[in-house]
Amino acid sequence: MSPERKDDFTKRRQHLAELSEEELYERFWDLAEQVVEPLIAEAKTHTSPSIERSVLIRMGFNSLDAKAIVKKVQEAELLGKGAGHVVLKVAEKEDLKIKEAGLNIKEGQYEIKFLQKLFNREGVS
Amino acid sequence: MDLKPEDKLDIEELLQDLEEYRPRRQGWTWRKPIDELKLGDFTYQDMSEGLENSVPLPASRSFAGIDPQPEPVITTEIASGRFEDDIRRMRMAAWHGADHMMVIRTAGQSHFAGLIEGTPEGVGGIPITRKQIRATRKALDYIEDEVGRPINFHSYVSGVAGPEIAVLFAEEGVNGAHQDPQYNVLYRNVNMYRSFVDAAVAKKVMASVDMLQIDGAHNANATARKAWNVMPELFVQHAINSMFSLKAGMPKENIALSTVPPAAPPAPDLKLNLPYAIALRELFQGFKFRAQQNTKYMESSVREATVTHTLNLLISALTSADIQSTITPDEGRNVPWHYYNIAAVDTAKQTFAGLDSLKDLVKLNDQDSQLRKDARELKERSVLFLEEILEVGGYFQAVAEGFFVDSGRYPERNDDGIVRKLDGGVAAKSIVPRDDDYLAPVCNHFGYNNLPEGVEKGCDLIGGCSLENPEMIDYIDELDPEDNVETRLEESRPYRKGDLLKPEVEWSGDGWVNVTLFLPVEKDIAEVAAQEIAGKMGLTNAEVIHREVMHPAEGTLIEVKGQVDFAIDINELEIPEKEEPLPDDEIREFVDENPLQVVAATVGEDEHSVGLREIIDIKHGGIEKYGIETTYLGTSVPINKVVDAAIETNADVIMISTIITHNDVHRQNMKKLHDLCRERGIRDDIILIGGGTQVTDEIAKESGLDAGFGRGTHGEDVATFIVKRLRAELDN
Repeated sequence: MSPERKDDFTKRRQHLAELSEEELYERFWDLAEQVVEPLIAEAKTHTSPSIERSVLIRMGFNSLDAKAIVKKVQEAELLGKGAGHVVLKVAEKEDLKIKEAGLNIKEGQYEIKFLQKLFNREGVS
Repeated sequence: MDLKPEDKLDIEELLQDLEEYRPRRQGWTWRKPIDELKLGDFTYQDMSEGLENSVPLPASRSFAGIDPQPEPVITTEIASGRFEDDIRRMRMAAWHGADHMMVIRTAGQSHFAGLIEGTPEGVGGIPITRKQIRATRKALDYIEDEVGRPINFHSYVSGVAGPEIAVLFAEEGVNGAHQDPQYNVLYRNVNMYRSFVDAAVAKKVMASVDMLQIDGAHNANATARKAWNVMPELFVQHAINSMFSLKAGMPKENIALSTVPPAAPPAPDLKLNLPYAIALRELFQGFKFRAQQNTKYMESSVREATVTHTLNLLISALTSADIQSTITPDEGRNVPWHYYNIAAVDTAKQTFAGLDSLKDLVKLNDQDSQLRKDARELKERSVLFLEEILEVGGYFQAVAEGFFVDSGRYPERNDDGIVRKLDGGVAAKSIVPRDDDYLAPVCNHFGYNNLPEGVEKGCDLIGGCSLENPEMIDYIDELDPEDNVETRLEESRPYRKGDLLKPEVEWSGDGWVNVTLFLPVEKDIAEVAAQEIAGKMGLTNAEVIHREVMHPAEGTLIEVKGQVDFAIDINELEIPEKEEPLPDDEIREFVDENPLQVVAATVGEDEHSVGLREIIDIKHGGIEKYGIETTYLGTSVPINKVVDAAIETNADVIMISTIITHNDVHRQNMKKLHDLCRERGIRDDIILIGGGTQVTDEIAKESGLDAGFGRGTHGEDVATFIVKRLRAELDN
């Protein structure tokens, strides 16, 4: 994948040779920032099952419940809304406490379509 | 629960009411440096506040018991698989100077999608669960009160449950954690996109409670074939995680680089490692440095591992270290045994004490030198590495093309780097875009969060979250009725709380012992013979863990471990009663009324004088302080001269010191003294005392003397014996 290559440092370094220590430092960190920018941008705009479980744990669910709820949210293809968001919507709609709403989702009390409708989304599956 | 130095930590008591326990603080704690610390006869430049309770280095006996504590936080890594045993190990390590307890996770936890609960036993580490870390943090609260210094607790935020583990750690007062998405990608084969998306959330949560983060770059050293060649890449890995952490909201001072001197002897260690250490600290100024020990080249020799560690410590002292890590020197032969944790902590403490003020004493040859040229070159190579990452299309593409952990010295390539597929690995394709109406009703959540207008903190939507209201935490105690701490404690109770005693190195009552032997044969024969010998000694599961050729034909050093299958009943032991010294005033009063004359000498061809001088000299609290008159004859004194002097001065007591023990010369000297006194007719009127490092009361009496004193004896002990003996004679 990354083929063998002889050490061509002396050739490659020409453009760095004249840089002062400070300039080299600046260049190093400027490049590091350029490498990291797209990584951080993607992290800002994406979520994952683990992230959503971590949200539910912060909302007071234990790890077993958080795992089961996220699974239901994934089945409803609503992870992009946020699992905590789904729980919050159910609580509001059904006039339940957060904990009750989450446990109801976990126990499969709501159909996928019901959950999707909370977000004005018709069933896609 | 208050810990008393003389009592064991009561694990059963610790586990009571655990569901109610809350950690006393969050975040990391540094040691408090002291400028010009005066301790004993010395002034230190690089030490921190001392401990209230500690075990000093063995040699401190000759330095009034001082126990200087270096500035860097000292780490010990613990991985026995049973947290209830790890806690006892932590207590011992804390007494020796560790204040960073790093708990290794059980094999396979990084691929577990979710949190593990309860207290199952681990393999090569413990399953990190809420109950295990809560119990451990609670124990550390007691232990830090006992030693008088805050203790940092640390584990790993990685794998496919990073964000959840970060929340768990934040809730439970874990003070530091490893977090580096590159580690997941390269060494755990977690999908790269997933790894970075999770990492940002985890880091933000860690930052919210001031947790210290340590990166994972040092693993490249442990993986690459020629670790010293990956130096340019190490800078790149450090930079990616550091920059990513800053952008996820972590303050610079909570970001620590895990740095290992990549080379080790017989390579020219300092010549290779020092320019690297210097360049790193220049490029990453403002970040923290966790100096890790080189383990890549660790074999089964604990001596060799300790020397490499000491050289690593020298580099720390010549540059800087905020945290000094220690690896147990037996890692090349065992799942670390607890006394090797202590040995490694002591190595760090001893070396730093020895190297105090180093930077005032030596200056690095840092101008126009090879050192400076090498440091510059490493920096340039790392800049070229970053440039090429961007050229090929960014970090992910670079990983897919095998840029990392290639053993070539970049830009040289050996085509042996780790290759990961963009859409491959554990949990591939598991991230989803956040929709425009994505919402997480919690605080300290990284990334896009469509909070309703006017709501600043997400958790205001639900009346607070567990990071602010710990009473919201839903505590799970146990899930497995068999595999839990209660079952294990039941089994180990006779050895912890009963009267049974077994040797141990990992777990209570495990029975492991280590036997060192030399066999005058070549290696292969020695190894088999050692196994046989261990079997005949009654050891089970015997295994040769170290072999070292002394000479191809003349012989081999072997260490073999095995388990004993019996226990000792403490009640059946006859423990000799320890003589309590008489109060000073009582001794002085007796001597006032009954003036005493003592003749003392180091006998035979023996130039040691320290021990005996300490027993005699007034400035060491010796017997002179009671008014006992002492004639000291010096060293290498023949026995007959000692007896002559005793007769001349009409002495009541003769004290001889005999350190050299070759061919039992100490016994012979004592016997000779007794015989000569009998020949000269003074034996009944004189008290004969022998002393020395290998002398015991028993040996001295067998040799015809009245008493013997070994290591750790003070003047008051000897004076007490003399006074009691004379008083008994007067009474008769």
